[in-house]
Amino acid sequence: MEFGLSEEQRLLEETLGRYLAEHCAPPRVREISKREDAHEPALWRGLAELGAAGVLVPAEHGGGGLGMLDAAIVAQRLGHAAAPVPFLGSGVLAPVALASAGTPAQQREWLPRLASGSAILGVAITEVVAARDGAGVRLDGDRLRGTALFALDVGAADAFLVAAGPESLFVVPRGAPGLAIRTLTTVDETRRVAELVLDGVRPADAIGGPGGAGPALARMLDAGRIALAADLLGAADRALALAVDYAKQRKQFGRLIGSFQAVKHLCAEMTAEIEPARALLWYAAHAFDAAPEESPLHALLAKSHLSEVATRVVRTATEVHGGIGFTDECDLHLWFKRTALDRQLLGGPERLRAQAARLQGWLETPR
Amino acid sequence: VDLAYGERYEALRREVREFLEKHRDRAPGAQRGFGGGRRSDALDWQKLLVERGYASRTIPREYGGFGAEPDVLETIVLDEEFARAGLPRGMGGQGISMLVPTLLEHGSEEQKRRYIPPTIRGEMIWCQGYSEPGSGSDLASLQTHAVEDGPDFVINGQKIWTSTAQFAQMMFALVRTEPGAPKHAGISYLLVPMDTPGIEVRPLRTMTGSEEFNQVFFTDVRVPKSSVVGKRGEGWKIGNTTLRHERNSLGSAEQSHSIFRGLVRRMGEETADGARALDDPALADRLVRLQARVLAMKYHSLRMLTCQLRRESPGAAGLVTKLVGCELNHEMAGLAIDAMGELGVLYARSPRERDQGTWPFQHMFSLGLIIGGGTAQIQKNIISERGLGLPREPRGAE
Repeated sequence: MEFGLSEEQRLLEETLGRYLAEHCAPPRVREISKREDAHEPALWRGLAELGAAGVLVPAEHGGGGLGMLDAAIVAQRLGHAAAPVPFLGSGVLAPVALASAGTPAQQREWLPRLASGSAILGVAITEVVAARDGAGVRLDGDRLRGTALFALDVGAADAFLVAAGPESLFVVPRGAPGLAIRTLTTVDETRRVAELVLDGVRPADAIGGPGGAGPALARMLDAGRIALAADLLGAADRALALAVDYAKQRKQFGRLIGSFQAVKHLCAEMTAEIEPARALLWYAAHAFDAAPEESPLHALLAKSHLSEVATRVVRTATEVHGGIGFTDECDLHLWFKRTALDRQLLGGPERLRAQAARLQGWLETPR
Repeated sequence: VDLAYGERYEALRREVREFLEKHRDRAPGAQRGFGGGRRSDALDWQKLLVERGYASRTIPREYGGFGAEPDVLETIVLDEEFARAGLPRGMGGQGISMLVPTLLEHGSEEQKRRYIPPTIRGEMIWCQGYSEPGSGSDLASLQTHAVEDGPDFVINGQKIWTSTAQFAQMMFALVRTEPGAPKHAGISYLLVPMDTPGIEVRPLRTMTGSEEFNQVFFTDVRVPKSSVVGKRGEGWKIGNTTLRHERNSLGSAEQSHSIFRGLVRRMGEETADGARALDDPALADRLVRLQARVLAMKYHSLRMLTCQLRRESPGAAGLVTKLVGCELNHEMAGLAIDAMGELGVLYARSPRERDQGTWPFQHMFSLGLIIGGGTAQIQKNIISERGLGLPREPRGAE
């Protein structure tokens, strides 16, 4: 019986933590985030060399061939650093799509380059969860038409995986005729999202063939939600650490504010929320590989719960900081904003809880 | 992560399962609260379990136990199999869960031989004399005192929140024996027979309407000086061993999970305007929120178990179980009541009561557990000071 990180997993966590502390400290995050593509090739390549980009890519395609728990460790460290890198799309969603439904040729074409960080795939599957503003993409003959909102990791993407309905996933190159990319400016500057407007775009390929990506999309949603939950956990960890550090330095009324129960109880409450949630995330990640039948429910619970926990933690950590926490100069808002976007991506908490309820035979429409 | 227990433990699991199949009818009837079943049945069952090593498994043989090496996974397998069969894993109570571990660590050879065997057989029932009306969270300020008189101590004072005092033969108590010493250094850990002249037990009715606790009054109660466990003046430290055992046993994740299953069952049976509570969007949302937290605590307990097996300190994560677990149980009972509407506040023995009135009872009782055994606020002090290294609150004037 062992429910904890292995030696190798701890090593991965520490190695990434050290690398990010050196190469992705808040001033660097701010600088990269201000660029149009919010991307720094050297940072992503460096992380790829440590195995982050290819963590889920099978070894025969040049990746680490590791599991979702390892990917969750990567996502947690990246969330902890508020790293401006295309991990969610290129490191999680695309490899899961290709592993679930890709043909051998598609896998050979993309997986080695994803693992090395030399190619980046953006992912546009928001409408599989919920279509807003009438968005959606459909296949019209051999052409794609429509709009995909909140495409992920678009900044430096070479191509996009675009869902057209819940069963099809197409590969659309960045320069495809008829494709327009319109950046959507969210509160979170550390990751670029955009809407893709497809006006008769001829896709380069379809993952698993047209209509053959239904199960792959379901796995992608599980994987993406677990990775987002891990990113949220990392953000919550960082916000709490900043609040505790600040409470140990700041003096008011002649005392360190961390000696006031009003302040220390806020820190204790954050801890009491974060630690059990960490175990829920670990189990969800473990189940993705070891107990796939439990995966959808646990991915929904982990994403919705970590969204609530991280939202409360980044807000409370800001209050512990007082006025300085509200300034741009204080780094804390990087995680407040990262959490704000994570919370909505691939389904907000209410939608995910409703889906979890239906999955268990609850919320059936009353007669 | 590897959730398999291994062959040795699966063998134990099969053995226990077979035993429980075979002896199921010897178990005492399902009890609600203390003293619900026939006491002779409970004693027979306890004796059988101790013989088989399913209760008091790690207590040395010379003190009447089974003498097994401590093994957390064996304990878990036993807990799981008894829970699965719906049978009690022997007697609980503060004697077995708190006094025995304390005596094993700090007691004299004579105390161990005299008290441990009858306690683990269930024949000797204990109560805990810690809290006082003026000393709750600030327990070390306790005023019940013992004065030397020849070979004896003479005790005067008052204890409160003493569960099982009305049928206990013995009390383990914290008593001030060194009047001149600083407050933490003036306390001794005493063993007191409850039939000693001068002890009066008065029941304490709580908000639940039951008398789960008592007050115990001491007037010139005389016990020999050999009743002290460990050294005089070290009672605070020794008592903390006992409290550590209490914090471990409160708010267990498995219990929360079983309450959750009961909640789902209730919400599946309960209807309003013909629709199940489970199909109500607002109620289902609350239910799923709780489900995530209940499962989080379950996996958290597996993580804490792994830390124990690896002999690693879990840090601040190891301090949250009591705070979170008790709160969860309270909120689950609250949701069950809301799902039933007016029917939810029907108390036991009312027409149309649900689940023998257990939900409104649990809703109140779990609030007591949020406060008892270290209040939620004391827990938060512990998490932030010991877990996060935040500075202590400056001491006020005393």
